[in-house]
Amino acid sequence: MNSLIFRTIAPLLVAVMLVFSVFVLLRGHNEPGGGFIGGLIAASALAIYGMAIGSDAARAALKVHPLAYAGFGVALAALAGVLSILFDVPFLTGLWTIFEFDEVEIAISTPMVFDIGVYFAVFGTIAAVALALEDEEGGA
Amino acid sequence: MEATPAIVIALVVLLPFVAAALAPLVHRLVGDFAGWVVALVPVAGFVALWGLLERVSGGESITVAWPWAPSWGLELSFLIDGLSLTFALTIAGIGAFILLYSGAYLKGHKQGRFLGFLLAFMGAMQGLVLADNLVALYLFWELTSVASFLLIGFDHTRQAARRAAIQALVVTGLGGLSLLAAGVAIYTISGNWELSAAGELTGNLAYPLLVGLVLLAAFTKSAQLPFHFWLPNAMEAPTPVSAYLHSATMVQGGVYLVARMTPHLGGEPIWNLTLMAFGGATLLWGAVAALRQTDLKQMLAQTTLASLGLLMLLLGAGTELAVTAAVLYFIAHALYKAGLFLVVGAIDHGTGTRDITMLGGLRDPMTVSFIGTIMASAAMFGLPPLIGFFAKEEMYAALAVGQFESLVALAALVAGNALLGAIGLALLIKPFMGQLLPTPIEAHEAPSAMLAGPVVLGVLGIFLGFIPTLAGELAVAPATSAILGVPVETHLKFGVDLLGPAFWLSVVTWVLAIGLFLRLDLARSLLRRAATAIGWSFDIGFDWLYFGLVGIAGAVTRLLHHGRLELYLFLVFALLVVATIGPLWLLDGLPRGPQVLDLRFYEWGLVGLAVLGVVTVLYARSRLFAILALGVQGLAVALLYLVFGAPDLSFTQFMVEILSVVILALVMTRLDLDTADRRPLEDWARDGGVALLGGLAVTMLLWAVIEGPFDLRLSNFFNAHSGPIAHGHNVVNVILVDFRGLDTLGEISVVMTAGIAILALIRGARRNKPVGVAPVEPKSQPKRRAARKAAA
Repeated sequence: MNSLIFRTIAPLLVAVMLVFSVFVLLRGHNEPGGGFIGGLIAASALAIYGMAIGSDAARAALKVHPLAYAGFGVALAALAGVLSILFDVPFLTGLWTIFEFDEVEIAISTPMVFDIGVYFAVFGTIAAVALALEDEEGGA
Repeated sequence: MEATPAIVIALVVLLPFVAAALAPLVHRLVGDFAGWVVALVPVAGFVALWGLLERVSGGESITVAWPWAPSWGLELSFLIDGLSLTFALTIAGIGAFILLYSGAYLKGHKQGRFLGFLLAFMGAMQGLVLADNLVALYLFWELTSVASFLLIGFDHTRQAARRAAIQALVVTGLGGLSLLAAGVAIYTISGNWELSAAGELTGNLAYPLLVGLVLLAAFTKSAQLPFHFWLPNAMEAPTPVSAYLHSATMVQGGVYLVARMTPHLGGEPIWNLTLMAFGGATLLWGAVAALRQTDLKQMLAQTTLASLGLLMLLLGAGTELAVTAAVLYFIAHALYKAGLFLVVGAIDHGTGTRDITMLGGLRDPMTVSFIGTIMASAAMFGLPPLIGFFAKEEMYAALAVGQFESLVALAALVAGNALLGAIGLALLIKPFMGQLLPTPIEAHEAPSAMLAGPVVLGVLGIFLGFIPTLAGELAVAPATSAILGVPVETHLKFGVDLLGPAFWLSVVTWVLAIGLFLRLDLARSLLRRAATAIGWSFDIGFDWLYFGLVGIAGAVTRLLHHGRLELYLFLVFALLVVATIGPLWLLDGLPRGPQVLDLRFYEWGLVGLAVLGVVTVLYARSRLFAILALGVQGLAVALLYLVFGAPDLSFTQFMVEILSVVILALVMTRLDLDTADRRPLEDWARDGGVALLGGLAVTMLLWAVIEGPFDLRLSNFFNAHSGPIAHGHNVVNVILVDFRGLDTLGEISVVMTAGIAILALIRGARRNKPVGVAPVEPKSQPKRRAARKAAA
């Protein structure tokens, strides 16, 4: 599997997949996509990266332990829900702000932040499992 | 100046918890003076409580309440009446000396943490005696158990300390659960979470149950027979803890509970006789067991058992005189027993031993300790004019009334007091009089911080004895009124009625005590021989129960959790079949099956692809090929979703299938599985049968679902509202992140937790795998890989 072609192509492929995963994540509210599927795509990208250049290098690229991403995601999603306490509405109520730039509407909302949390939770978990399985031995 | 009750409660209950969190910091800042600093906390509490004494002794009960969980009708309410104030003053007053003492006793030895635990306990104990709300009462009750666990096991490197800590927690935890049940029952009956509003509960059908629950809680906490064994073991704790928790305060929690419940549950024979029987038995048991000990601390622990039994007995007698005696005795006991424990700690500190047979003649090197012991022992012996004497007079007067039960109890009291008096004499005379014996450390006096407690508490015991009228007005009568629920006037006065029966019973007690003291060594050897002959103790019984339970749990676990993965999977899928087909069949819901299959040609193609994938899985020679074929089947299903208009589902299914194939392949290579499947025929038939049945079951279920009427209400709701109120056009995503966001939050938490579990499994498998080369450094992977190849 560790062929020259694969090793050369993989970083490009991974970059495209990661960008695509963010695209899928952000379009999710109106078109097919969302945090879960985006996270899966990103995790696949990382798994490919690990296969191509080794799981240690993939870990180094992540900077922190993949599970930390998952924890961050769950915390972010919870935080998006807790935000509603400031407006005296029930937990997880969606809050929306819409900015307009030259007639282009950009919506910032707690459901979006929540979805980003889902993305990180799924990405971190699957990446952690995939990298752990790719480890030949040792590592953590 | 008088603080408002709310501030008093905050100072008394809340401040110790805050101080507990800060104690390690204080220790770091001021070093060994930390004891002096944190002792200010109970002093502040004591002064604050003292300010309320006048109002409370005037017959007032003060309530303080804060909203707690308003939606459940819960208020954090406190009640300051004569009973709770007497206990709270004792806890704060003795607590100050204990903290001071601890600072010197545990010099530099994780002192900050120790003082923190003690302070946390103090806050919990104050909460326990002041709480009016039943939930708060339970909460503080359990907190004292937890604090006691931490303090008994403070020296956690010793196995005996750990065992004692767990034992105390298990026994008192049992009582805690019982108290919770009692609290809920009282709420159900009276409709009120405040105990003060519960009224009389004796007429209720559930009355015997309530009595059982409350007494179970009280007996475990106050170490009554047959739950007494944890208290002597708790002496593994550092001495200040034994003095504070396990004689003066925490173990009195059960006594407090009984006193507090008396207006609600008392007055019926079942209550009174049970208390008298168990209290009397514990009194005699503890007093006799104390004779057997040679360790000073164990002697004190056993006499504490006896004193707790005595208090229960008096509360069980329940008359005005008896309750007055109980309150007096509680105060007297707290003063002299804490003092004695502290002296024993000082002796241990100053000589290096606590064995009474190895000590003697300490009156010269440890004069101040000697003076403290004289005062405490005299109170224990019950000499006039100490408060201990008045307590004893009062209890004899209370029970010398001529009824049969009272006379039996009176006999138990005289015997118990005589035994306690003998121990009191022994504690004074054996270590301090006679020849100075050689000790592991050359005998020297303890520092002043350790002597303040015994001396001041001893002087207080004498002082209160001289002013019984004032003590009676300020504390005893208000507490008695609170216990009995009717106003009580004090009748205590300074004087000895030389003609009353009580005084002559006292004389009998003294004579018996002196006689016993003179024969102490004989009594000890006889008791030891008897104990060896019996060869069983409640402590061993506890171990039987405890480890028996652990053994049963282990057996059940081994039965269900046998570690054979194939059997787990078989069981799971077999049960799935039963759970799916069973109800369908029994409720006559078996589907009829599709009548016409109206599919387009490309749809047929996709179905064919899926079938091809499954068939290939069955006939594949290598596992890797089978995994790939399974992936093909999955992709075909994903395409079917797409064709039938579920792009989101299809999209996700694609990714899941791809990742499944990747991860399955990785797992396979990691586990070094045989590349081919070589199951014996019978396993193959069993697994195949379950697989076929499982597939059939799921298919039937889905058919049954499709054949039923399709309820469009939810779909219509989501379609209509996801745009306008959730600002999203992808209904699936809106449901996930908005309408059912809480579900998703739970799911991603589960996903993450599963990830952690999987990592643990992978690491566990790695650790257990026999490695050819011993692991050298974690970072030198390429080298090790090479070494492994070489070794192979």
